[in-house]
Amino acid sequence: MEQTITQKILARAANRKFVDAGENVWLNVDILLTHDVCGPPTFDIFKEEFGPDAKVWDTEKIVVLPDHYIFTANEHAHRNIDLLRQFAKEQNLPNYYDVGTNRYKGVCHVALAEEGFNLPGTVLFGTDSHTCTSGAFGMFGTGIGNTDAAFILGTGKLWEKVPESMKFTFDGEMPEYLTAKDLILQILGDIGTDGATYRAMEFDGEAVFSLPMEERMTLTNMAIEAGGMNGIIAADSITEAYVKSKTSKPYEIFQSDPGARYHSKYRYNVRELEPVVAQPHSPENRATVRSVQGTKITKSYIGSCTGGKLEDFRMAAKILKGKKVSVLTNIVPATVKVMQDLECEQYQGETLKSIFENAGCSIALPSCAACLGGPADTVGRSVDNDVVVSTTNRNFPGRMGSKHAGVYLASPLTAAASAVTGKLTDPRDFL
Amino acid sequence: MENIIQGKAYVLGKNIDTDQIIPAEHLVYSLSKPDEVKMYGKYALSGVPLPEGGLPEGNIPFVKDGEFESEFAIIVAGPNFGCGSSREHAPFSLKVAGAKAIIAESYARIFYRNCVDGGFVIPYETAEHLNEIVKTGDELKIDIEANTVENISTNTVYKLNPLGDVFSIVHAGGIFAYARQENLMAQG
Repeated sequence: MEQTITQKILARAANRKFVDAGENVWLNVDILLTHDVCGPPTFDIFKEEFGPDAKVWDTEKIVVLPDHYIFTANEHAHRNIDLLRQFAKEQNLPNYYDVGTNRYKGVCHVALAEEGFNLPGTVLFGTDSHTCTSGAFGMFGTGIGNTDAAFILGTGKLWEKVPESMKFTFDGEMPEYLTAKDLILQILGDIGTDGATYRAMEFDGEAVFSLPMEERMTLTNMAIEAGGMNGIIAADSITEAYVKSKTSKPYEIFQSDPGARYHSKYRYNVRELEPVVAQPHSPENRATVRSVQGTKITKSYIGSCTGGKLEDFRMAAKILKGKKVSVLTNIVPATVKVMQDLECEQYQGETLKSIFENAGCSIALPSCAACLGGPADTVGRSVDNDVVVSTTNRNFPGRMGSKHAGVYLASPLTAAASAVTGKLTDPRDFL
Repeated sequence: MENIIQGKAYVLGKNIDTDQIIPAEHLVYSLSKPDEVKMYGKYALSGVPLPEGGLPEGNIPFVKDGEFESEFAIIVAGPNFGCGSSREHAPFSLKVAGAKAIIAESYARIFYRNCVDGGFVIPYETAEHLNEIVKTGDELKIDIEANTVENISTNTVYKLNPLGDVFSIVHAGGIFAYARQENLMAQG
């Protein structure tokens, strides 16, 4: 029987040759990811269910990356970090990246890639809905809750329904003004926020395979915004080069069979697509930037697992070089490594950091920050009737803080161009 | 598990995301310390814009200001309930507030799993557009064996989709209880 890449990876994890869409299967988990918001309650459930002295199933396979509420005075948030630290110590977890030390990384989905935990063919579960980001590496990654995570901590296994797959093919050569963010917002506008519920979203085509890893991660990252179980891009030479630069661990590359069954197939020519935004208050609320051009904004936010990677800042710098922003513009690198790269990476002879500083942007320390609002003192949190253009992934009511604010999701190019003019602006005006 | 769930309905629209169910700023509270757990009840569904809460009239909060429990036991909503983040704090907060079941046209996957595997609230699906029919405050009675919901206020019975594969987990009270029952918790 012919299978999709997602079926093949799940079959491997279930010790089977073939798994069919719709079947419930028990999977052997390769990596379990957790962070400061969902780690402590997961550990509580683990102790309650397996006993106070129980040991986790495999210390090497658990990755704990605090990233959500890091730079805040909130004492409950600090306590959550203490609880992570304590559990990591009790269990001797080698892959704990403590806050306030030189091991601290930042946003978990980007750090997983940087630290070599993303390996083609493997199965990753994480207590965060954007765990699907790792699917850019030709692996299965999906989000779960605390109870499921506690079950994995003790057993190394979890049941999952094998998803049907939807295929999204992007033909053509990517124009300079178009980004992965525009592609995924295009899809979201077409299929809606429940258009892929319980399904795999497989991305394919010349345009996708021309993208660097960090752009591919933007595509898979927002699969969850369509309700997708996972987003996936088969590994190629670009994936292998990235993985080998991070780790020497073994991996296995899977491809969809030509005759594999799909729920549906969508095909786009990137030359016919335009920069788009998702208007308040839903990621499916797509509009071309040109159609809403001129809408006044009060803030621009460039950060998060979706839009705070080095590649995102490279794009933003292209627009911001030699310009001044006219609204508060937060630059929030996803990880410490991205922050360091801003100081080394140059565009036209100037470092990205210097470009952003000279443009008048405000650079924050790496964390999830205001992508999900966070405690009241979180950098970049929306207030009152803010109108924000943001490279993040969600614009639900209140998502970035204020229930009265409106958030336009956009590419780093659009967020940067809009920051300069103070109005929603098509990046083609600057490129 | 009881066979009948009865209580007042709280009606919502479509695409109720987890930021509306429990806004992220409250996720700092412990899910095991009783004095903090009650905060999840207090803030359950507090992110729903006020005019969109307690349909069809709206402007009815799920939990009254200053209280920690809701007078509504059954949430009725449109498609894609629980979309967004993986936070198990979402179904947890509904349970703490006193909700027993949700009847929606469809659910986002992680929220659905969390409801079932954590044993918090029973996530029923229905093909009926019940959130356009039922009014907030109507008295509903769910019959778990019959897969029906009766609107006692209007004396009408509607079909619910059977829970199917997950019935045994719901019936056991969550994935851990189920796994013990089925002897699935051995390591290796």
